[in-house]
Amino acid sequence: MNLFSLLRIAYKALERNKLRAFLTMLGIIIGVAAVIVMVAIGQGSKQSIHDQLANMGSNMITVLPASNIAGGVRIAGSSFQTLTAKDITALQRDARFISEFSPVVTTRGQSINGALNWPTSMVGVAPEYLDIRKLTIKSGRSFTLRDELSSAKVCLIGQTVIDNLFPNGDNPVGRVIRFNRIPFQIIGVLTTKGFNAFGQDQDDILIAPISTVQNRIMATIYYQYIYASAANEQTTDSATAELTKILRGSHRLKPADENDFTVRTQQELINTLGATTSLLTILLTVIAGISLVIGGIGIMNIMYVSVTERTREIGLRLSIGARGKDILLQFLTEAILISITGGIIGVLLGLLVAKTVTLTLHWPTVVSESSVLLSFMVCALTGIFFGYYPAQKASGLNPIDALHYE
Amino acid sequence: MNKTIVTIHDLKRDFQMGGETVHALNGISFKVQAGEFITIMGSSGSGKTTLLNVMGCLDQPTSGEYLLDGTDVSSLSRDELAHLRNRKLGFVFQSYNLLPRTSAVENVELPLLYNRDISNKERRERAIHALKEVKLADRMDHTPNQLSGGQQQRVAIARALINEPVMILADEATGNLDSRTSYEIMVLMQELNVKKGKTIVFVTHEPDIASFSSRTISLRDGRIQSDTVNDHPRSAKQVLAAMPVTSNEIKNEPV
Ligand SMILES: Nc1ncnc2c1ncn2[C@@H]1O[C@H](COP(=O)(O)OP(=O)(O)O)[C@@H](O)[C@H]1O
Ligand SMILES: [Mg+2]
Repeated sequence: MNLFSLLRIAYKALERNKLRAFLTMLGIIIGVAAVIVMVAIGQGSKQSIHDQLANMGSNMITVLPASNIAGGVRIAGSSFQTLTAKDITALQRDARFISEFSPVVTTRGQSINGALNWPTSMVGVAPEYLDIRKLTIKSGRSFTLRDELSSAKVCLIGQTVIDNLFPNGDNPVGRVIRFNRIPFQIIGVLTTKGFNAFGQDQDDILIAPISTVQNRIMATIYYQYIYASAANEQTTDSATAELTKILRGSHRLKPADENDFTVRTQQELINTLGATTSLLTILLTVIAGISLVIGGIGIMNIMYVSVTERTREIGLRLSIGARGKDILLQFLTEAILISITGGIIGVLLGLLVAKTVTLTLHWPTVVSESSVLLSFMVCALTGIFFGYYPAQKASGLNPIDALHYE
Repeated sequence: MNKTIVTIHDLKRDFQMGGETVHALNGISFKVQAGEFITIMGSSGSGKTTLLNVMGCLDQPTSGEYLLDGTDVSSLSRDELAHLRNRKLGFVFQSYNLLPRTSAVENVELPLLYNRDISNKERRERAIHALKEVKLADRMDHTPNQLSGGQQQRVAIARALINEPVMILADEATGNLDSRTSYEIMVLMQELNVKKGKTIVFVTHEPDIASFSSRTISLRDGRIQSDTVNDHPRSAKQVLAAMPVTSNEIKNEPV
């Protein structure tokens, strides 16, 4: 019997019981669609986290003012006071691989414009910060070294703060607002950045010169972070090594001493988050895979019913010269046809659902070719695996008994 | 034409029923020459079906010898038996055994689906030809439930003919049909036997049907009770012509 005849017979058998064939397929359809959607969501969030981290500057290096582990106990970085102006001076003098750097302090407080107020964060930085974080000015200007030297009461404003303090759409540039009672003149507006991978609103921010924030608001000489940026992604490692060396020098650490600061690169963060989302993807896929197996059991069940129902047909086919192998192939083809048709519908449904999820819930989804291919192959294998035993049963029937089966 | 197609010698077939052994066939010997039309008679339980199953390579004898067209059947594997059934035998069953919801022509094609030497085109041509031989050319696309019992049995006969078997085996092929339709089937059988020279082994328990054959073997308790040659078989065509015709039957059974 040739393949065409096999397919035609299988198709006719399914056509005879359309509803039943469809219900059997449903398990496979749901299974495949689930695999595709789950993987698409997993991949999508992974991709978007990666994109956003890259958008924050993939060659960014962060220095925290404490060693990761202090005597075996992790302590919040900001409670250490080790980063100071001395470090910045050392960097200005010795850095070669580090292209830009900026000290950072942040504080939360209430911003006020007349009767309107809004709780937000103020970040004190050097002008280079904007470059490192890939921030740009939409209108107005950035602050200068002179503003920094004079601890000028000027700031850059993010869109979320504008929305809350200037709801009428007034141009905020040149206007004076108060932050923790201190008046600040707005000199520039930041280009909108949206939410970051951790769900933080990157536009809910005021940026001022580091000295202004340190002297006028926080009254501290310490930095919470130093942000630096390697010339490019390839030199991140050299830049990290250099940064460590310079800071150890300026902190006068002996060779045996541990670092009293921590250096983190964006790349590490990308890798860590990537691993987490990979794990999530695997979990989701396992769940989806289980539903595929359930679909397969549905096929097995219905194939057993089909073999029993068509015992006389099997007897007839055997008596006119079908070999056991022919009968086996016939029922196997039927099972595979169910699973593959279910697989195709499942793939289409999966694509549709993934698209819908993106459009309605705004979750990023990435449908990977490998997930489509894999679930499709699993489908075919499911058909073969779960269709084999019923088909085997059919092929082993005794023609006489089968012919007289009631 | 004097070729021996079947040689059966001291054939036995035992069935184990619980602790007891049933000797369904208990030492059967005969030969079949090409072109014979044999009826196998006997009361219920005499072993007719068992004998036909063995002759049709659907069942293996417990002991004894069976040569089919020169092949010793007892030494063959399951697949080899299937091959033999496919190339050398044609079956006609009491209950037709057509595939439901499948057109007449597709039902007739079925045996050739299991013959790789035949192309799709040739298969269809031969199916159409076989349906013409049983005078059902105008019912090709009808499914079994659109056909009368007699027509269904003729489709089954066409199916048995399509692989040009050396022998056609029929088990109570007229058992489900009224007498008029039975005669029509016998007309067809006689035609196939006389005009096409087909060898036919036809199991029946009706003496009336046996009178159309050229030889009758009677079984009793798994043994041959008598084996008689009928020099002057009745003509089914004449018997049919002599029957009174009702309008209802004309409508149902156009020949
Ligand atoms: N598969 C079987 N198992 C046990 N006994 C059987 C089987 N087939 C037939 N027999 C017995 O063999 C005998 C002959 O049966 P069968 O050939 O069907 O008779 P017939 O067709 O002449 O009515 C009967 O006694 C029947 O009960
Ligand atoms: Mg019988």
